[in-house]
Amino acid sequence: MSTNTSHINPLENEAIYIMREVAAQFEKPVLLFSGGKDSITLVRLAQKAFWPAKIPFPLMHIDTGHNFPETIEFRDRLAKELGVELIVRNVQDSIDAGKVKEESGRYASRNSLQTTTLLDAIEEFKFDACIGGARRDEEKARAKERIFSVRDDFGQWDEKSQRPELFDMLNGDIELGQNVRVFPISNWTELDVWSYIQKEEIEIPSIYFAHKRKTFVRDGMIWSAEDDIVFRDAEEIVEERLVRFRTVGDMSCTAAVLSDAVSIDKVVSEIRDSSISERGARIDDKRSEAAMEKRKQQGYF
Amino acid sequence: MPRANSQQLIKMEVLKIATAGSVDDGKSTLIGRILYDTKSLTSDKLEAIEKTSKQKGYDYLDFSLATDGLVAEREQGITIDVAHIYFSTAKKSYIIADTPGHVEYTRNMVTGASTSQAAIILIDARKGVIEQTNRHFFINNLLRVKEVIVAINKMDLVDYSEETYNAIKSDFSELMSKRDYENQNITFIPVSALKGDNVVNKTDAMPWYNGETILEHLERLDLAAVSNVGTPRFPVQYVIRPKTEDFHDFRGFAGKVYGGELNVGDTVVALPSQTKSKIKEIYAYDKKYQTASRRSSVTITLEDEINVSRGDMIVKEGDLPTIDKQFTATIAWMDSDQLKAGTKYVIQHGVNKVLAKVDKIHHKINPDYSGIEENVDGLGMNDIAKVTFKLNKPIFFDAFKNHRTNGSFIVIDTKNNNTVGAGFIQ
Repeated sequence: MSTNTSHINPLENEAIYIMREVAAQFEKPVLLFSGGKDSITLVRLAQKAFWPAKIPFPLMHIDTGHNFPETIEFRDRLAKELGVELIVRNVQDSIDAGKVKEESGRYASRNSLQTTTLLDAIEEFKFDACIGGARRDEEKARAKERIFSVRDDFGQWDEKSQRPELFDMLNGDIELGQNVRVFPISNWTELDVWSYIQKEEIEIPSIYFAHKRKTFVRDGMIWSAEDDIVFRDAEEIVEERLVRFRTVGDMSCTAAVLSDAVSIDKVVSEIRDSSISERGARIDDKRSEAAMEKRKQQGYF
Repeated sequence: MPRANSQQLIKMEVLKIATAGSVDDGKSTLIGRILYDTKSLTSDKLEAIEKTSKQKGYDYLDFSLATDGLVAEREQGITIDVAHIYFSTAKKSYIIADTPGHVEYTRNMVTGASTSQAAIILIDARKGVIEQTNRHFFINNLLRVKEVIVAINKMDLVDYSEETYNAIKSDFSELMSKRDYENQNITFIPVSALKGDNVVNKTDAMPWYNGETILEHLERLDLAAVSNVGTPRFPVQYVIRPKTEDFHDFRGFAGKVYGGELNVGDTVVALPSQTKSKIKEIYAYDKKYQTASRRSSVTITLEDEINVSRGDMIVKEGDLPTIDKQFTATIAWMDSDQLKAGTKYVIQHGVNKVLAKVDKIHHKINPDYSGIEENVDGLGMNDIAKVTFKLNKPIFFDAFKNHRTNGSFIVIDTKNNNTVGAGFIQ
């Protein structure tokens, strides 16, 4: 065993520092948990930051109702193991209340509807800080995101008047009604996250590994066809393929990739050798070049 | 579970680099070129660049499209905020803070340089050292960025002329004679970002240059040597009290170690109480260690039950920082509301916040080495000045030149909570 801490990865040190700043600077923080690999990594980092105490804030999942069942099962089990409170708020409730309108047509997705449910939940619980797993390497608009990103009463992001962040000083002072989105793994790349999951032997949902799935191909991407959620034309042929998911969003906006990576080691080598970026498999970003930036301004994560 | 390759994959070295250049110096192209030549651009990103370059009618690949993120920037063709770009080699992970170079965005440059150990200053070979170059150098020197690469770009447009390169080098050396931080390492490299000369790969175009390429130089940098080392400082972020059966009396002080290392058994002093104790245990997660290395996030327990809370600082006995209710600092002002003498602000020094009053604005410092301006009654956006603050309670600081972390602070506006300035204690 090492006798000094110099072997600990600098990104982990930074993320733990950020987690502790959140707990110290805010009254009601929450960790936004999607069941995806990034938020699972956040949970591990939070565990490390406060050990031997429990994570001092709840987890919250905004459930679109279109999540992969494997993810939901995983989420419930993890929260139970940690002994941490899990809050779930449903997009379906926002639809039923007439606050948002379900999209229709072949690209219908509930992904952007999540924003309303999230903002309502922030108001309901009076959360002043929401910890999220966004990374700057994911997308061009996210490359400019701060670690502490202040949102106004409407949850909106004003990219032109962001607070400068110097050294590692994080300014969490806000006015009543404002809240802060916090991104502890801002500086991690996709490969950093996967390598960390491998090294720490963190359990992740099974859909991240290669499995046989009924799928169809549209616009060069592989869509899941194992449910009625994704709209499908009659001429779009369903075939069984060996696939896995690189990102776990909604079923309606997450494409699969062909893969035979059945273990974490194989996934890590696949990611290392692959040449398509992670968000390339996100159908929602392909809508337009500025798709992510527009959604962020409206309060999306 | 087998853990093949995990050792190499978790990079222990992360080098942060700030970039500075004026509009059209080719900064975005340089970064795009680095990403392209290190094969860091993914096929879908490359496709998007090819598609857009074609639409715009270019006969080359416009690598600047790899970094210019926001819609406004694409419309105006300029970079308006700090963007972070990631790539890695077999040796190191790199984070580039892409900061804009126009006069009005000094604040972004200060921000980018504050977290960087290295900087790349771009000069257009056709224009040479211009007023902007002075500013870029001044700020990186003020922020004590250890390694500076002066990349003389667009060499292809001056026929790869050695004379042009030497003339620029000699003009820049004149600037160096005015610098305050003399131990800064400066390396000149002639490049063409567009053609890829001396960025990642060597070139035949300039046989007169035998030095390293930009990437070769960065790869060789020893991270321990380029980070500023001082004496150990442990600002307490959070007190961990689990109050569970197994850890009934556990009182752990969570924080990050800056400057040097701390060891179990060290006699330490807690500030501000100045109470002495010894380090009993050092934890990182559930594992105990003998030594807490520099920049690691740990939890420390002490032999004695002493009162320590967030904002306090644990230091080694005989190695105390300055404890004072006032200090003088060089500050970079970042807000459109002016800083005025007599105004109250919150100063955040590490994780510690105190109320402060501007006691005196001594003078403005022109960031282009053209001297100082006295009798100033207010500071505007992007002004740099020497200012004395008085505090409502003492803080524990070092001079910035001795301790980059414990010698810096940010200024927060009490009206809107915005970060409006950054300071470097004298």
